[in-house]
Amino acid sequence: MSIWLDQRAKVIVQGMTGSEGRKHTQRMIGSGTRIVAGVTPGKGGQSVVFEEDPVAVYDSVVEAKEATGANTSVIFVPAAHTAKAVLDAIEAELELVVVITEGIPVRDTAEFVAAAKRSGKTRLIGPNCPGLISPGKSNVGIIPPNIAGPGPIGLVSKSGTLTYQMMFELRDLGFSSAVGIGGDPVNGTSHIDALEAFEADPQTEAIVLIGEIGGDAEERAAAFIAEHVTKPVIGYVAGFTAPTGKTMGHAGAIVTGSSGTAAAKKVALEAAGVRVGRTPSETAVLARAALR
Amino acid sequence: MDLFEYQARDLFQASGVPVLPGLVASTPQEAADAAEKLGAELVVVKAQVKTGGRGKAGGVKLARSPQEAAAHASAILGMDIKGHRVHKVLIAAGAEIDEEYYFSLLLDRSIGGYLAMCSKQGGVEIETLAVEQPEALAKLPIDPLVGLDHPKARELARLAGFTAEEAGPIADVLVKLGAVYRDQDATLVEVNPLVKTAAGDIIALDGKVTLDGNAAFRHPDWDQYTDAAAEDPLELRAREKGLNYVKLDGSVGVIGNGAGLVMSTLDVVAGAGADLPSQPRPANFLDIGGGASAQVMANGLDIILSDPDVRSVFVNVFGGITACSEVAKGIIDALAILGERATKPIVVRLDGNAVEIGRHMLTEAAHPLVQLVDTMDAAARRAAELAAAAE
Repeated sequence: MSIWLDQRAKVIVQGMTGSEGRKHTQRMIGSGTRIVAGVTPGKGGQSVVFEEDPVAVYDSVVEAKEATGANTSVIFVPAAHTAKAVLDAIEAELELVVVITEGIPVRDTAEFVAAAKRSGKTRLIGPNCPGLISPGKSNVGIIPPNIAGPGPIGLVSKSGTLTYQMMFELRDLGFSSAVGIGGDPVNGTSHIDALEAFEADPQTEAIVLIGEIGGDAEERAAAFIAEHVTKPVIGYVAGFTAPTGKTMGHAGAIVTGSSGTAAAKKVALEAAGVRVGRTPSETAVLARAALR
Repeated sequence: MDLFEYQARDLFQASGVPVLPGLVASTPQEAADAAEKLGAELVVVKAQVKTGGRGKAGGVKLARSPQEAAAHASAILGMDIKGHRVHKVLIAAGAEIDEEYYFSLLLDRSIGGYLAMCSKQGGVEIETLAVEQPEALAKLPIDPLVGLDHPKARELARLAGFTAEEAGPIADVLVKLGAVYRDQDATLVEVNPLVKTAAGDIIALDGKVTLDGNAAFRHPDWDQYTDAAAEDPLELRAREKGLNYVKLDGSVGVIGNGAGLVMSTLDVVAGAGADLPSQPRPANFLDIGGGASAQVMANGLDIILSDPDVRSVFVNVFGGITACSEVAKGIIDALAILGERATKPIVVRLDGNAVEIGRHMLTEAAHPLVQLVDTMDAAARRAAELAAAAE
């Protein structure tokens, strides 16, 4: 098993005709992902050839879904046009929509995240994220497929490269799924959503949760863990040496009190029984111990 | 991106939010001219700094003549308020104030939407009010797909304790502030105080606006808000090169790919140096991003090597999209360009995409300043030791 993504995923790439989209589509195909269509408004009817196999391009997600039975989309559309692409995918009622694009105005993100919630049909992951991988089954996004294979660990992280680093540290054990939820202030899927899914997933035996400074997602995840998670959770928080003033807004501080620092997140996680590593390597040691 | 009060005031005015007449000045003479031009009996000279507590610091003064305005401006300009130097003052017409309120609309990350707040007790530190009298601060979540419309604005005013009669005119102003928030891609619009004058008008007497840097591409006029004077020169140079760089106070220069990994690297460096005599700490945050080319790597290394505080450099890359071969090429190229100007040791840890090629390239180049170390922890330790040895 895995969470949210397995071999049944039939994937549309929105923005496949662009250079980033093309490059990563090639990589996804190479890692076994079933790419069934591309979507670029105005380029419907064209196709893009990958290793001699053409992939058809459609004008809209609805058309691509009707033609191919796609249930998943991954978005590489530039920030100025991302919101429209996401709304197109939500309207088509895809089950899973993964937004890789970074630099999206937060107003756009707040709006399309609200639209996804309102629709109730679509799980939105990202934006500004590396996507997710269920090793050996499917890979949607930009996570390198060859870092680690399938195994008992579920990983959820705000950061792309820390996801890679942690998968690398635990490559001998392997992963049920590794999910990058993204580093933007507003995102479609939270740590809590992933914890809930990993708790319910029979393949997952231990969960690694990676957070970083800003907001209170880790604190809320800690409260959720204390109440609802029975599997061992290992935590890591990045940003103890980061200058708080640079990223923590005055406004955020009013709403969330003293949270937002790495120290506060570590304290909250530990209070919920989560063992928190000081470095990625120590976190890996703790995860290994938890499985024993 | 935070705005100065006078910039927020201009935005408010352009959106029909009632504000008092005001002019900005950079010299005492300009302040006198501004006071003259406003023609008010009483003007307020206000330091323009992006921090709170300027009143307590002596950065806000009343003046009854242009001469007095010039004298106050002379005292305030150049003042240091909590580390912020005053380069400009706002000369604003005085008003007879009956009551002071508080309003803000902001991005609330915990709900993934917006939060509007209002209080009948404005003009005080809102953080203090939120702790001491949380019941006096009304809060209302705002749906991003709807925004702060009139019904919500009224609801907020009623929650804050205004009568139905009072709530109407206040809601009119709040809706306009909501439009500023939305149209200007703000993540914070705060008015403290929002006042009722003796004549019964509702006026934004102060303004704090934070804009979302990600939205800059659809606001070409935001160039005017670039505050080069306040920026660290290295940060400015890095930004011109499109690099994500933050200057810190330590001696180990750090370059990595991905914000999370770089933040983690800073922590690991600080931990690795904790037991060394000079306790070396990271000198900067520098994220070269995903898929960085050799040129980007070279630009980053150039900036870090020109920081006089840097004693050693730690390049920590886990190649996802970024190819380690490009990173290695960037290091080799940068050192060739810098030549004898490069004098600081560089510890490199590479893993992931094209790692074998990258490591091989660095080994072949055998540059005397470059050391390859296998793991992140060991490389951080080595960089910290080299920095400590160079103290």
